[in-house]
Order: sequence, then C-alpha cells, then structure tokens
Amino acid sequence: MKKLLIAASIGLAAMTSANTQAATYEIDTKGAHAFVQFRIQHLGYSWLLGRFNTFEGQFEYDAAAPEKSAIEVTIDTASIDSNHAERDKHLRGEDFLNVKEHPEASFKSTGFESTGEGKGIISGDFTLNGVTRNISFPVERIGEGEDPWGGYRAGFMGKTTLKLADYDITYNLGPASTHVEIELHIEGIRQ
Amino acid sequence: MLRNTDSSYGWAAIALHWLMALAVFGLFGLGLYMVDLTYYDPWYRDSLALHKSIGVLLALVWTLRLLWRLLNPTPRDLSGSRVQALGAHAAHVLLYAMMLALFVSGYLISTADGRAIEVFNWFSVPSTLTGDNQEDLAGMVHEWLAWGLIALVALHALAALKHHFVDRDATLKRMITVIKQEQKP
Repeated sequence: MKKLLIAASIGLAAMTSANTQAATYEIDTKGAHAFVQFRIQHLGYSWLLGRFNTFEGQFEYDAAAPEKSAIEVTIDTASIDSNHAERDKHLRGEDFLNVKEHPEASFKSTGFESTGEGKGIISGDFTLNGVTRNISFPVERIGEGEDPWGGYRAGFMGKTTLKLADYDITYNLGPASTHVEIELHIEGIRQ
Repeated sequence: MLRNTDSSYGWAAIALHWLMALAVFGLFGLGLYMVDLTYYDPWYRDSLALHKSIGVLLALVWTLRLLWRLLNPTPRDLSGSRVQALGAHAAHVLLYAMMLALFVSGYLISTADGRAIEVFNWFSVPSTLTGDNQEDLAGMVHEWLAWGLIALVALHALAALKHHFVDRDATLKRMITVIKQEQKP
C-alpha cells in the first residue's frame, strides 16, 4: 500500500512537471479578439488613434510557470488604418513605414520577468521599418479560462512607447509627436 | 465665331483647349509640389484641397469639351498624310483617355475611406468604391499616368511646333485664333 502511494505520488509529480510545460496559444486574429493599436499626439493638441488590421502570432504561457512565457507577433505594416485613406497612404510611404521595402514589423520575445500575479516585464526584439531593437515593457494578464465553445483562452495586454527616430522615421510631425504609444491587446486560443 | 468649321476651330473649342492646358500643367506642378511639403508647411493642407477641387472642375470641363467636340465638325487635318492624320487622332484620343483615367484614379485615392471630395466649399463629390489599399493602388496609377500625360502633352506640343515651323501649315495658328474661311469667288 505504501509502495503504491509512493508510486502514485511519483507519477503525480511527473504529471505536474509535465503540466508546467507552457501551452501554446494561437492569437485569435480570425475572430478579431486581438488588436495592435497605436496613438500619437497631433500637434500636441489631441491624440490620434490608429491600428494595424493584419497581424498574426502565438504565445507560450502557463500560469504556474510564468518565466516560460514567450510571444511572437508579425504585423503587416501596410494594414495600418487611421480611418483616413489619404493619411494612411502617406503613412505607408517612404516618409514613415516604407511598407514596400519593409512589409513586416515583428516582435519576438527573448525573456520574461514575473513581477506579480499575472504581471510581468517582457523583453524582446522589435523590428520596425527594417530596424531591430531590443525593448522591454510591462504586460498583464486580463483573464483566462474556458470559452463557451469548448476551447481555452487567455488574454493579455501590453503597452510601450517608441521613439520614431529610433526606427529611422524622421518625418517632422512636430515636437509633441516624436513618440508613438503602441498597445497590444491579445486573446490566445490554447492549441 | 463660337462653333467649329471644317477649316477652323471656333472660340469655344480654343478657349476649352487652353483652359484645360493651363489646368493640366497647374495640376501637375501642384501635385509634384504638394507631395513633398512638410507637415508644418502652411500649404500642407490647402495645396491638396486646391488640387482636388481643380481636378474635379477639370473633369467637368473635360466632359463639356468632349460633348462640344462631338456636336461640332472637327477641322480637317492639314498634314496631307493619312498616317500622320491617324497618328494625330490616336494621340488626341489618348490625351482624353489619360485625363479621364487621371480623374478616376485621383477620385479613388481621396474617396477610398468613404470620404467625399469637397470642391472649394461649393459642392462635394460623394465616395462610391472603397476597397482594401485602394488609395495605394490608385495613387500609384495616378502618379504614373500624370507623368505619362505630361510626356504625351510634350509630344503634342512638339507636333504642333513641327506643323508650324517645318510644314508651315495653320495647325497651330487655328488653335490660337479663329481663321476666317477663305471666300470662294
């Protein structure tokens, strides 16, 4: 009986350690439960909001082992949408995103540091306009659990501020508009 | 004499021709100038508004001119060569076609998001087609067509000068002034 208990607990331990293998989540872009938003000051008088409509990615996540968290997102830069065709055309051009030459922006995490329950700092390589820089920014879990359709989902948000000149975007929009805030809101479906 | 005759253009056709020539050169120059303006340039917004407004009005004049052309006799070709006459006709048709394509592509850039084009706070042209990346495709077409049209206009002007200085016929003169019909004895 004792032996059996030991065997069972070893088995259980083996199972739990197998469980700490982070699960892979596919970002739900099909159902559009994910957004890459940005905002930048206009003249210093208001915020201009926009987003990238087309992107894809996945992340690794396990609540029990947050240090194993990882994410990869690829953004179609031509999908920029600020709700104004003439402006979007300009933003896609050489003055800004130069989407012909650099059709993709991407973020690939290189590390994650937990800072509390459902919170952490993610660091990784961000590529925009052909320039890759290592950045880190805070992320937080919004929630996770079973969805009504038989799947399991987890959602996060992260926010960072980029200096446009760091990515060779030097078109003069004025002193209030040298930085852009980017917000990533993602919901992943566990695979 | 407002209307065309077999041998000469009337004042209406002459005025329409030079008005449109002026507008085409103006729009081309304005277009080149405005796309390179910086954001803080006082003309950054007005140059585009002006370009769109003049463009829409030019499209209306284009329609009027085409109607006038169809309702009037076309003065006969003075080259005396069938090939040259056909070439001239083809170039003229192409000038009209390229202008039309420029109007359409320009319209499709500015209305790609459903916005209308405001013409001098006077009236507005509503949007119709809206598609994915429509403004980029239309923008590319618009730019290439603009250069193409200016190249064709240059050829058109050179041909007119050739008529005047080499062939020494009245082709250019009759687009500048109405030539009185020779009185038959």
